[in-house]
Amino acid sequence: MPTLNIIQAVNDALRQEMRRDPTVVILGEDVGKFGGVFRASQGLQEEFGKDRVIDTPLAESGVIGTAVGMALYGLRPVPEIQFADFIFPAMDQIVSEVAKFRYRSGGQYTCPMVIRTPYGGGIRGGHYHSQSPEAHFIHTAGLKVVVPSNPHDAKGLLTSAIRDPDPVLFFEPKRMYRAARGEVPDGEVVVPIGKARVTREGRHVTLIAWGAMWHEADQAAREAADLGIECEVLDLRTLQPLDIDAIVESVQKTGRAVVVHEAPRTCGFGAEISALIQERCFLHLEAPVARVTGFDTPFPYTLESEYLPRAPRILKAVREVMAF
Amino acid sequence: MTDPVNVPGRWEREFPLQTVIEEDGSADPARVTLTDAKALDLFRWMILSREMDERMVQLQRQGRIAFYIGAIGEEATVLGTVAGMEERDWLFPSYREHAGALYRGMPFVTFVCDLLGNAGDRMLGHQMPCHEAWAPGRFVSISAPIATQVPQAVGAAWAARIRGDDMVSLTWFGEGATSANDFHTGANFAGVHKVPVIMVCRNNGWAISVPRELQTASETIAQKAVAYGIHGERVDGNDLLAVHAATQRARVRAASGLGPTLLECVTYRVEGHSTSDDPRAYRGAEEVDAWRDRDPILRLGRYLTWRKLLPPDEVEALRAEARERIRRAVEDAETFAPKPSIQTLFQGVYAEPLWQQREQLDELRAAVAEDPRTSHPR
Ligand SMILES: Cc1ncc(C[n+]2csc(CCOP(=O)(O)OP(=O)(O)O)c2C)c(N)n1
Repeated sequence: MPTLNIIQAVNDALRQEMRRDPTVVILGEDVGKFGGVFRASQGLQEEFGKDRVIDTPLAESGVIGTAVGMALYGLRPVPEIQFADFIFPAMDQIVSEVAKFRYRSGGQYTCPMVIRTPYGGGIRGGHYHSQSPEAHFIHTAGLKVVVPSNPHDAKGLLTSAIRDPDPVLFFEPKRMYRAARGEVPDGEVVVPIGKARVTREGRHVTLIAWGAMWHEADQAAREAADLGIECEVLDLRTLQPLDIDAIVESVQKTGRAVVVHEAPRTCGFGAEISALIQERCFLHLEAPVARVTGFDTPFPYTLESEYLPRAPRILKAVREVMAF
Repeated sequence: MTDPVNVPGRWEREFPLQTVIEEDGSADPARVTLTDAKALDLFRWMILSREMDERMVQLQRQGRIAFYIGAIGEEATVLGTVAGMEERDWLFPSYREHAGALYRGMPFVTFVCDLLGNAGDRMLGHQMPCHEAWAPGRFVSISAPIATQVPQAVGAAWAARIRGDDMVSLTWFGEGATSANDFHTGANFAGVHKVPVIMVCRNNGWAISVPRELQTASETIAQKAVAYGIHGERVDGNDLLAVHAATQRARVRAASGLGPTLLECVTYRVEGHSTSDDPRAYRGAEEVDAWRDRDPILRLGRYLTWRKLLPPDEVEALRAEARERIRRAVEDAETFAPKPSIQTLFQGVYAEPLWQQREQLDELRAAVAEDPRTSHPR
């Protein structure tokens, strides 16, 4: 089985789905001849031609707006937004149009598409190349939100997302693009949307994370083990639809939960998860649900190590919920 | 100091206002693109559109529908463009082109059910009145945010070309929309990729209370085409024959690979922006009256009279026929239950409901059962 990084896995999924389904098209800035600034679509224009791997003018609302028309007409577009930080010019198209077409037309029109975009910090990118805007999209009914943490899931989830009847925001952890490597089968890999994965079993604390932060949570769990604390680590993989059963099952077992995300804390997705745990696991809880997150500031440049919720801060939260 | 470059009138000369029907109703046969039968049919449609708009405003005033936005004075622009397209072409409307939906086969009663948001509403009560969709007629769902439909129309036409279909899409928007990001983006994308799309600007002079002069410093809307490297034309939007001919020309261009057209139809919004607006607060009666004399229905009527197709009392008969159709549609629509069932609130957000939505539906049902006031307007 080949060992791939996340970029290669994404490329592999795109290529396979384009071979399988002639309606799949890619569009975005620099995605064609160059293959994308992160090279996710490298070689695809050569194989599938300029009609299916399209270099668009520089306007995100146009990338998504034209993708809407393509999807309505029966293509399966996979637009790329070069950095999640630049998705905001397309916000109107995504929130007012993509998310609402099925609902507002009483099911007469749908616009399934996968909006791929690299997100997250730790690459010395300052606030315009580091943000994690997933909560905006989870908060918008009509969108699905997927965040893989590793190459296998990147391939399998992207495949599922392209086949999904609903629009999907596909956030790729750019810091892990090349750092996360793993075995990925050559042929079809399908990871269902809406299913979390328990990546480590434990009986004391549930660590809930996704994307790049899963790696930090995993690191913290290893360090906690040295202290005799057994963490169960959950990689959510899909944020909407949320695998609530996996969360409840784990937290009812451990009685403690720490939620980790890069985005600012206030109204971050951790707040929702914390509320759900409180609603569903109240009598099982041994301690308040803890959140280890980015701070309520724009993403900083110099102090990004401090800003990001890395293993030491997660470990501290683990010890605190244990001591509560 | 007079501006030596931006000479007044320069762009109006470059993009002359094209007309076909002369003041006296005559027309150069070489420039007429409609058969007599078709012209008469469209006359009927324009009358239906006018009568419908007037009736729906009344219903709104009576409190029977919550809101209405129509196309009084702009009928030639709406119907001339839709009639200039092929059946298979897709239409991306703004919010005044209801006659286009009906022309494409949306049953009148379905349209009225949408206005009522009742159990017969094809949109399941999900949108406010006048935001219909009619997929069987390739009339795409209307949204409120200005200009979002422009890049979408570009995308659909682009997709058709990729799939090898002979399909041209058409989108309508007001002149106010030409200030919006998505107008620019759509025109630019269409230009770069020579997409077979027709962008129809209903230049009706006003965007709610903001006059055209405060929307753009361009002398014409059509000239904006120049900057995108696409074709632009300016027609008298109250002249059905001029609008129809220009649409057909644009369609031929698009279908033969010559790319998009920006078609400016110069017309006028004779009534308020919508039932929520009172235009007396921002414009004078003289301006409006001048445009009433240039009414597109009178204009086509003069042509049909010149063609000896319109006996003197025919117009009144057509209006009575339209009113009867409307009366029946309203009557039939009002037989539906006033609200769709409660689960439609959650229907169609996703292909399959989320667990959250299923729980919330149960929660809502329980709340209604426990206290029916939950379902009553306050
Ligand atoms: C993005 C956005 N901003 C504001 C509005 C509120 N609004 C609705 S219609 C309108 C004026 C539009 O004028 P124009 O584009 O000229 O079209 P017309 O109504 O004259 O046909 C405004 C400001 C809106 N619907 N969308």
